[in-house]
Amino acid sequence: MTAPTVTSLRPSELKDAASRMLASGGRMQMAYAWYPRPHRLELRYLASPAGGEPFTIWRCDATEPVPSLAGIAPLLSWYEREIADLFGLTFLEHPQPHRLVLREGVDPGKPPFDPDFPPDRALRVHQTRQVIPEIAGAESDVQLLPFGPVRADVMESAEFLFFYVGEAILHYHPRLFFKHRGMEKRFEGLEPGRGVVLAERVSGVGSVAHALAYCQGVEAASDCIVPPRARVLRVVLAELERLYNHLHYFGHLCHTTTLKVGEAEGKFLEEQSKQLNTQLTGSRFLRSVLAIGGLRRDLSPKPWLGEALSSLRERFTRYAEHMENTASHLDRLITTGRLDRQVAFDQGASGPVDRASGLDRDLRRDHPYAAYAELPPNVAVREAGDAHARAQVRMAELGDSISLIQRALDELPDGPIRTDCNVAPNTEGLGFAESPRGTLFYAVHIGADGKLARVKIKSPSFSNWRVFPFTVHDSNMMDYAINEASFGLTIAGCDR
Amino acid sequence: MPQWTLLGLLAGKQTAPWPLAEGTDGQEGLLGMPRYRPELCGEECKVCAEICPTKAITMHHAPAAAAGAQRLDIDYGRCVVCQLCTEVCPTGAMSPSSDWAFGARARNDLIWSGAPTASAAPGAETRRAFRRSLHVRHVDAGSCNGCESELQALNNPFYNMHRLGIFFTASPRFADLLMVTGPVTYAMLDPLRATYEAMAEPRWVLAVGTCAVSGGIAEGGYACGHGLDGIIPVDVYLPGCPPNPAAIMQALLMFLDRAQQKVRGGRIAE
Repeated sequence: MTAPTVTSLRPSELKDAASRMLASGGRMQMAYAWYPRPHRLELRYLASPAGGEPFTIWRCDATEPVPSLAGIAPLLSWYEREIADLFGLTFLEHPQPHRLVLREGVDPGKPPFDPDFPPDRALRVHQTRQVIPEIAGAESDVQLLPFGPVRADVMESAEFLFFYVGEAILHYHPRLFFKHRGMEKRFEGLEPGRGVVLAERVSGVGSVAHALAYCQGVEAASDCIVPPRARVLRVVLAELERLYNHLHYFGHLCHTTTLKVGEAEGKFLEEQSKQLNTQLTGSRFLRSVLAIGGLRRDLSPKPWLGEALSSLRERFTRYAEHMENTASHLDRLITTGRLDRQVAFDQGASGPVDRASGLDRDLRRDHPYAAYAELPPNVAVREAGDAHARAQVRMAELGDSISLIQRALDELPDGPIRTDCNVAPNTEGLGFAESPRGTLFYAVHIGADGKLARVKIKSPSFSNWRVFPFTVHDSNMMDYAINEASFGLTIAGCDR
Repeated sequence: MPQWTLLGLLAGKQTAPWPLAEGTDGQEGLLGMPRYRPELCGEECKVCAEICPTKAITMHHAPAAAAGAQRLDIDYGRCVVCQLCTEVCPTGAMSPSSDWAFGARARNDLIWSGAPTASAAPGAETRRAFRRSLHVRHVDAGSCNGCESELQALNNPFYNMHRLGIFFTASPRFADLLMVTGPVTYAMLDPLRATYEAMAEPRWVLAVGTCAVSGGIAEGGYACGHGLDGIIPVDVYLPGCPPNPAAIMQALLMFLDRAQQKVRGGRIAE
């Protein structure tokens, strides 16, 4: 991992810098705020220049009015709204100056991240006022269907507003963040070593990716070199996580296309995969293994894991062939929820969603971490941008994950699994991982007392939920569930 | 379509015989709740209490007791199964175990005590009619999605919960039991109450996961509560982070009086 380059900018220079970044083929990744000192708010912008160059960080003192960059890089819109909600900073000329993370009808007094926000204050919803987009005038036939936050089946909580006429959806408006737990603030004041257990519980089905990105953030802050055996085992854990998530994805996708045996097969293989996780680590979610500087304990995956994965691969290959040869299934996927390449880029799509719309990027290859430099993945890219392309990307990744794990096991070196990291005060580090759902960032700031001063989490689902509605507007009700399943979104990671 | 029928038939029966046959629950190798053995506890030692991220372990305040007496208070309703206490304990007083059947009717049953006693199981008569068929509504009150992942697993072919006559239902109007996950965020408080109010009586509540039992890792702060206590009445507590599908099934069968409650005084009965 090469350290990011850090540049200081004044608020008035931000627009030019963002335009130049985009013109040179780069992409904005995220923005967040923090207090380096009490009452001194600083903004951070993260960008990835073209060609796998090291990440670029802009730091910007918010001592004068800050312009919104949403008009230049639309994906930054949500980050700015989040900063407005949690830090109370207003961006000039923001196109959607509404609440995002905090519920409408909440009066927090001071913003929750303000240094003067009382530590024991809990938010309360006083009234349920909400901003609903106006569609086609009041006298039209457009109907509004609010769905959620408690939805049918076992689902995560979120409310979806459909503006529809008959079968046609004119406009779709997801209201998320019912599950906002204020996780980022829970890190503040902790010893860095204690953040791992917390990071594992930000998004349950992304436990490894979150803990890994967090650990790598702290390791980057302390220039800590993780021993080779631990780096290879980290790859094994991260790919096992991809495996059970992608298997779940296919089970759920078949559920939405009412392919009953396909649903059962996908969910059964997911279960087998989770049971392998248990045998390796004692946790179905691969928790309680990662630590800053390496791993908490050694694992013995040889030779049984490789053998178990070979038979899993055999069964998955047959399953995948069946899916790709079932007309009723493919009929529902092909051309459904098409995401244009430019929209994917502008609105910040991530992971398999990104790659299914022709954007060839993967952190594991472009900015290798753990042992991915020695174990490069094959990056699957499709151009069609529809639900079928999203499924095909995951299908290819699933096979590649098994190959990666088997290569990692072949090359697994002996040796120590952990090194001591001395975390110095007043340092910072950027950790990242290509989670099963895409780009995950942890920006870690260590305070003067050596404890965590700020941890910003950018989860892939935060990016993909921003993009998803663009594929729902002007589509139809019957395709909605299939399209949503094809994105493979989580809400916990997005809401935090 | 015949290819799928064939695929399904060739796969054969994939469902585990558990709970009829012991040892087929699919949790081989699982690290569950740590076990406490007070006789091994070192004097002046409090490393486990210091490292516990959810204050599940606290020092026992009692008059100076004899060697080997209880030195720790352990509330398994707060445990997130992170295993840190078992790693730092120098004597093995907190040791890893595979105990996961922690569904309990009374919150007290999750608190370690020297002499486990059976708590009364109220309401068994009113539940009699529901023993063979139970309809469950789930509400996510701000979980990390770990509990949802395991609840969804209940209907995979391995656990196949339908075979036990337990079904998820879309509407709270049809539900007998409400399963709640998450620490209850401020934004989910009203939807959770509304769902509970929409259920017909008699109605019961199962708190799934340590977050719903006590708030878990995210407890407090500006956006989170402390679990279900004080919000809606809870009939069964099931801590775990997350509880595995077999643990959820065990708790459901226990609630229906079709299985014994295994945890008493914070330990699994031998």
